[in-house]
Amino acid sequence: MANPTMSLIASNTVGSGGVSSVTFSSIPATYTDLVLKLSMRGNYTGDLVTNPAITFNGSSTGYSEKLLWNSNNNSPSSASNSGSGFLFTWANGPSSTSNTFSNSEIYIPNYTSSNYKSMSSDSVNENNSSSNGLLSLDAGLWSNTAAITSITLTPLYGSFVQYSTFYLYGIASS
Amino acid sequence: MTAGSTYTPIATYTFSGQSSLTFSSIPNTYTDLILIISGSGAGVETMQLRFNGDSGSNYSYTRILGTGSSASSSQSSNQTAAIAGFMDNTQFVDIVQIMNYSNTTSYKIALTRMNVPSSGYVGAWVNLWRNTSAINTVYILPDSGGTFNNGKATLYGIASA
Repeated sequence: MANPTMSLIASNTVGSGGVSSVTFSSIPATYTDLVLKLSMRGNYTGDLVTNPAITFNGSSTGYSEKLLWNSNNNSPSSASNSGSGFLFTWANGPSSTSNTFSNSEIYIPNYTSSNYKSMSSDSVNENNSSSNGLLSLDAGLWSNTAAITSITLTPLYGSFVQYSTFYLYGIASS
Repeated sequence: MTAGSTYTPIATYTFSGQSSLTFSSIPNTYTDLILIISGSGAGVETMQLRFNGDSGSNYSYTRILGTGSSASSSQSSNQTAAIAGFMDNTQFVDIVQIMNYSNTTSYKIALTRMNVPSSGYVGAWVNLWRNTSAINTVYILPDSGGTFNNGKATLYGIASA
């Protein structure tokens, strides 16, 4: 039997005072795929949910994504974004129920290849209210052939609050 | 640091123009299976998913799909294959989770997450295979005759203990 391969590369738990961004740098090229597991909450006044911008290698170009989501009691909807980062992975905001954090997973295959990079993101924000829930599926493409060596998450407004957690894992196919 | 006995690679294909992918002789030593298919193919196509060589009308699925501007859902019964996602000629990633695949008492469920952002698709399927056999073969076939051109497909075993 082959060896299990899901390995923790790095983690970050936000301390008191919060942080304006989280960066995983010097990501080794020794895996096949990357997985981010996120539990996030932002502090921007009035936000039910807030969307961190996710960028690779410090680049602010080449990101596009398709979103499928459902919120509250509405019918499912779809949207697209092209811009300076992936925007459709959500953190809870300060107007959501206290002590609730998002639950998100991002899968990035073939992160060292010389092809463009795809990613899959699933995110939920639930806080026991008929007006504040969000479920989203996001498909992203970074049109860049460079190997991914760093990942940064930056709230568009405000900061990540204490107890937000960020875990980066590597998965090897052999 | 290794995070427990999980994501053990069972087999990998590096794409080189295959018209289908077959993972056979899957050991029954895990709890769940995860299939990651990523890369590029000949064009936008649905990928069929079959187990143990069964091409009978024993599959059904419920789908939710987004195009970047609209969302829809559908259900299909008595199909000859489940769905492993879409492919396209840019870079896609499809993730299929097959739960409790080796039990011999219940029908099998597979969850598919499809990501084809360049061609404008994001979605998910829940698939049912109405068979109580343990899954020992997974077969993926583009439904319009396309090929797997540049990328990888890996089947991982997930153990609960």
